[in-house]
Amino acid sequence: MLPENIKVILWWTQFLRISMLLEKSIKELASGLKEKKFSSEDLVRECYENIEKLNPVLNVFVTLRDKDEVIKEAREKDKKTPVNSLLYGLPFVIKDSYNTKGIRTTASSKVLETYIPPYNATVYQKLLDAGAILIGKTNMDAWGHGASSENTDFGPVRNPWDNSRVAGGSSGGNAAAIAARMAVFGIGEDTGGSIRNPSGWCNITGLKVTYGRVSRYGCIAYVSSFDTVGPMARTAEDCAIILQVTAGKDPLDATSSPEEVPDYGSRLNGDIKGMTIGMPKECYGEGVDNEIKSLIYKAAEQYAKLGVEIKEISMPMLEYGVPVYYLIGTSETSSNLARYDGIRYGNGRNKFTSETMRRIMLGTYALSAGYYDAYYKKAQQGRTLFIKEYAKAFTQCDAILMPIEPMPATKLGELIGDPVKNMLADIFTCQTPVGIPSLAVPVGFTKSNLPVGMQLLGNMFSEPLLLKLGYFYQKVTDWHKKSNL
Amino acid sequence: MPKGKNILTTDIVKHVATLAKLDLSAGELKSFQDQLSSILHLVEQVSKVETTNVEPTSQVTGMENVMREDEAGVSLPQDEVLRNAPRKHKGYFVVDAIFED
Repeated sequence: MLPENIKVILWWTQFLRISMLLEKSIKELASGLKEKKFSSEDLVRECYENIEKLNPVLNVFVTLRDKDEVIKEAREKDKKTPVNSLLYGLPFVIKDSYNTKGIRTTASSKVLETYIPPYNATVYQKLLDAGAILIGKTNMDAWGHGASSENTDFGPVRNPWDNSRVAGGSSGGNAAAIAARMAVFGIGEDTGGSIRNPSGWCNITGLKVTYGRVSRYGCIAYVSSFDTVGPMARTAEDCAIILQVTAGKDPLDATSSPEEVPDYGSRLNGDIKGMTIGMPKECYGEGVDNEIKSLIYKAAEQYAKLGVEIKEISMPMLEYGVPVYYLIGTSETSSNLARYDGIRYGNGRNKFTSETMRRIMLGTYALSAGYYDAYYKKAQQGRTLFIKEYAKAFTQCDAILMPIEPMPATKLGELIGDPVKNMLADIFTCQTPVGIPSLAVPVGFTKSNLPVGMQLLGNMFSEPLLLKLGYFYQKVTDWHKKSNL
Repeated sequence: MPKGKNILTTDIVKHVATLAKLDLSAGELKSFQDQLSSILHLVEQVSKVETTNVEPTSQVTGMENVMREDEAGVSLPQDEVLRNAPRKHKGYFVVDAIFED
């Protein structure tokens, strides 16, 4: 009798998992809502079920909205005539670096522990206008300073695939929330890998957009000339749908681009046959985990089967990526964080964490009299050479394929306890001074069942191409469908 | 980096902390001196890059002088603006005196 019972339980568990609404794509959810197969309230309830079950361990939220309040909002959405957006009625999370009127916004720092913004970030306002429903503000490395979501005053975010490991950073809360099906999608922020790194380590898809593609208005600045606002979701198709809503010129952000916003959804179609993907040999040498390398080679083989030409290229400048990124980054952050004086809002400067103090001090040093030419100016010249290096690479291929991280998700304490190691974790994601977009896509698991991602980089404003490459890969693989629930 | 050899002296770390308005304890001063020296050792590799006649890049948008009409728009009401201030007085932010007599 017992075996029969177990069979039934197994079947039921399987059935429940498949029937989970949050396993569906945004397109499927939007049409299901339209046809009233389920409601926005059902979706919100499912998010909170997962939150109640998993958040006590994962520690995803800095501020979680009141469940009853959110359910009420969903019910109102269910009653109203929907606005014409695929995101209508869909629950989402947003990194705690975005100003949300009336909802505490901390950037995961005690400096802003009690800060209630009087206005909305443009990206958040656009999502509200589209009818999406906020679940909560997610935990991160304070001010974006980190690659592990451990540099936070609200406790580290844990990886849904292995709770003894970190979720990655700095947008770690977002990635863990989506991997644990606590929301349909999230908005992250990428300055030196902050969307791609946690996406890779948590098995979700994340897009670092071209600099200026999405307004930064209302986003707490880390490095103003690198910061980008991007989608984090289950698939490339979902990311395309979200970007459609968030992209575009904003009069409130002078650096937002007037470049026309294409129809990202329709640009997924067509073919990728005949395209060329370049693999820089410098990214596949010593120091990169062998399992990661072999999973990315397999992804390349998959592309070859789809008719894409795979080519080895060389980018010798990559060696200087971290110094250039880090010198400009800390210089700008020392300037950006100078405004936190505890006079107009927030607490005093004694509340910064050590990691943040180190970055402020390095930047201050690099900008100070006598060192400016050797560090800051030299890095800005290096930036010019990086832009040329990538431009040259894109004459040989349409997209570049790189690992996201040299290793799978680290153990708690491993990165935060070693400032230099923490810095080097950005080695493949620190091309942000160039401004180009990059898509992080799941490509499989290590033997110990840790997720691995790849990143595809393209020229400025090549999001349609990258999303299409991601979309085609996800049509023939199912890594992105796996969860640890 | 050779052990025990710091690029930064205690005086430089103190000076930088003063510029950045950060109060460091004696312990922090020592640990930052060590850590910042290791980080500097790494970022100093940038000095090996040949940059003669290379223009510095400060932003990548390709745009310059993005202007708008000089028209007054809607602003936040005063009570909203002051709402997050820890110290305020009759519609003003309160700051510590910076001049002494």
